[in-house]
Amino acid sequence: MSNAPAEQTEQAPAEEIDLAAANKIIDKYLTLPGNLMPVLQGIQEEYGFVPKPTIDLVAERLNVYPSQIFGVLTFYAQFHLKPRGRFIIRVCVGTACHVQGAPRIVETFFDKLGIGHAETTPDLRYTFEKVACLGACGMAPLAMVNDSTYGSMTVQKVEEIISDYNQRPMK
Amino acid sequence: MSENEAIKILICQGTGGISMGAKEVELAFIKHIEEKGVKATVGKRCDVIKTGCRGLCANDVLVDIITPEQGRVTYDFVRADEVEKIIDEHIINQTVMEKRKAKPYYNTFVDQQMRVVMTGCGQIDPDSLQAYLEEDGFKAIEKCVKTMKPAEVTEEVKKSGLRGRGGGGFPTGLKWSFCAASPGAKKYLICNADEGDPGAFMDRSILEGDPFCIVEGMMIAAYAIGCYYGYVYVRAEYPLAIERLQHAIDICYEKGYLGKNIQGWGFDFDMRIKMGAGAFVCGEETALMASIEGERGMPRPRPPFPAVKGLWGKPTNINNVETFANVRHIINKGAEWYASLGTETTKGTKIFAVTGKVKHTGLVEVPAGMTVREVIYNVCGGIANNRKFKAVQAGGPSGGCIPAEVLDTPVDYDSLIKAGAMMGSGGLVVMDETTCMVDVARFFLSFTRMESCGKCVPCRIGLKAMLDILERITEGRGVPEDIETLLEMGATIKKASLCGLGQTAPNPILSTVKYFRNEYEAHINDKRCPSNSCKELLLWQVIEDKCVKCGACLKACPSNAIEWEKGKVAFLIKDKCTKCKSCYDACRFMAIE
Repeated sequence: MSNAPAEQTEQAPAEEIDLAAANKIIDKYLTLPGNLMPVLQGIQEEYGFVPKPTIDLVAERLNVYPSQIFGVLTFYAQFHLKPRGRFIIRVCVGTACHVQGAPRIVETFFDKLGIGHAETTPDLRYTFEKVACLGACGMAPLAMVNDSTYGSMTVQKVEEIISDYNQRPMK
Repeated sequence: MSENEAIKILICQGTGGISMGAKEVELAFIKHIEEKGVKATVGKRCDVIKTGCRGLCANDVLVDIITPEQGRVTYDFVRADEVEKIIDEHIINQTVMEKRKAKPYYNTFVDQQMRVVMTGCGQIDPDSLQAYLEEDGFKAIEKCVKTMKPAEVTEEVKKSGLRGRGGGGFPTGLKWSFCAASPGAKKYLICNADEGDPGAFMDRSILEGDPFCIVEGMMIAAYAIGCYYGYVYVRAEYPLAIERLQHAIDICYEKGYLGKNIQGWGFDFDMRIKMGAGAFVCGEETALMASIEGERGMPRPRPPFPAVKGLWGKPTNINNVETFANVRHIINKGAEWYASLGTETTKGTKIFAVTGKVKHTGLVEVPAGMTVREVIYNVCGGIANNRKFKAVQAGGPSGGCIPAEVLDTPVDYDSLIKAGAMMGSGGLVVMDETTCMVDVARFFLSFTRMESCGKCVPCRIGLKAMLDILERITEGRGVPEDIETLLEMGATIKKASLCGLGQTAPNPILSTVKYFRNEYEAHINDKRCPSNSCKELLLWQVIEDKCVKCGACLKACPSNAIEWEKGKVAFLIKDKCTKCKSCYDACRFMAIE
């Protein structure tokens, strides 16, 4: 999977984190067959990404090799090994959005934010992602910021969205 | 107070509806109904019901108001701030707001369809077991368990002619009988809801709009095959579908429709949701099972087929969401009835997600055998902006393009394959004269290359090499041998890949070369894009003869690079132009090259 190569070239900073939450998630799924992915999904939801210390913890408690966990984490586009931005911008590049002009929306975001696909701005304000089909093709081209959807996107609307979110608080 | 007298307000709350503000509309209805004391003044029960997807997502938020006086009236594009007025006019004064009513095309859109699988979607509250039971819910499984042997159920499904709706089109009854015949007490059932094809969203709509019918469909299959545990593999990109299905499963456990000795019928079935993590290849059955087991979602060689050795090494049956949704109707209404719909080789109905440059995008369910032309022109209103039809892409990244010449192809498995496309999961992306077919092929290839799991070399490296060639062509650096190279590589990759992804990934290229070779040649020989779509080949100038002086390009341009005055031909200032192509899409007359 080359969906998110950029963010996986570097390791997450080895900082001290509270593992209590991760332990709780592992307890929940401990007896379930095929529990690796639900555990990792739970951890990601809790921490916002999968921090390095939790990988070692999961490896030890579920009795799987860290390399296997790393393999799973890098295979699926949903997992992230680095902290993500406060606002996650997703632009749909599915077929319907593509024929309605999604590429220029993507490029405009790249230009304005100075980051590429699956990258995060240094101030941790934005993460940008291209996604294949959000399933709302009737409103193509489509963009999402966190949970808000913006349909029938134009280049002008990109600027409006960014200046709107620039003013929002980080917390 | 009888049911008929009740006033019902149905609000479409699929993903499309919610993103257009359906929640706010619902709250506004609840608030204003209470404020105005509708219950008291009118003296009848008044319900606000949230429903699943109605299909016509482009016109959300759709609201149906059913009153004894007016019958069912549909309003489209409803906003929260209009709700008060609608209640005043429609419910209190009992006059239909003609201006706000959905235009006649809404009725055409609905009337031309035949809804079997999607009967519940958009009509019932997806969170209510009671609503499902009122629609004959769980009657089919009851009939199976009480009056039929497992083999009879399989036989009934075989007779109906139902084929897998996930794209492969394998006869469902036959698949069940294979798994039932496999030795072993422990067997698994999987519902494949990893709907990854960009441009298809019928599975999501069923899960969001009628989750109980999937639970029942899986129960019937489990009974027929003799297994007691089922997984639903839903892609993580569908949070609402996961939420609603989980809710349905929880209610079923609570009310005794899942678990041990269901309803005292002496039949056990357990199920749980397995959430995907964003990998297209997991839609392939063996990759999906690897993913459930907690590994990288890479396909495994077949045979052994899943019916013999599948999940955790046990016999496994895997069907698509839409397939399971069909099952209860077959049991309820009989195999003969189902077999009477559709064509010789494809029975029943099929749901299509029609998107792209068509007037009314959305989900349509039609009997198999309707022609592609009827679906696009009669049901969906034809091409938007009065442009010319060029092609329709059927079957997603594994499918192909159908040009105007073969538009009368009926939609069934075999006819579509003959036309060089495939049913796939049922996405139909309509393209007009401004869509470049080389670019479309490049788009699909960039998708499949990214989603290739990397196991087989032809798929992992071959697709990348093909993509490089296509990129070169769209940038005007193509050479005449390229077309032959593409065809040759495509044939090899199809033959030498393990799973469906690699075996079908070259299809979009092979079919566009077959029907639109002239466009490839124009890019390569004349360094020109006939659809004015490939950036590197554009001249960025207005053609005076074609310009009708309308000024649409001026409004679309974000960087003031267009000069235009009323009655004058527009002029594009190249220094200011950021090459975003907004003006190309805005111009209805192909006057910018």
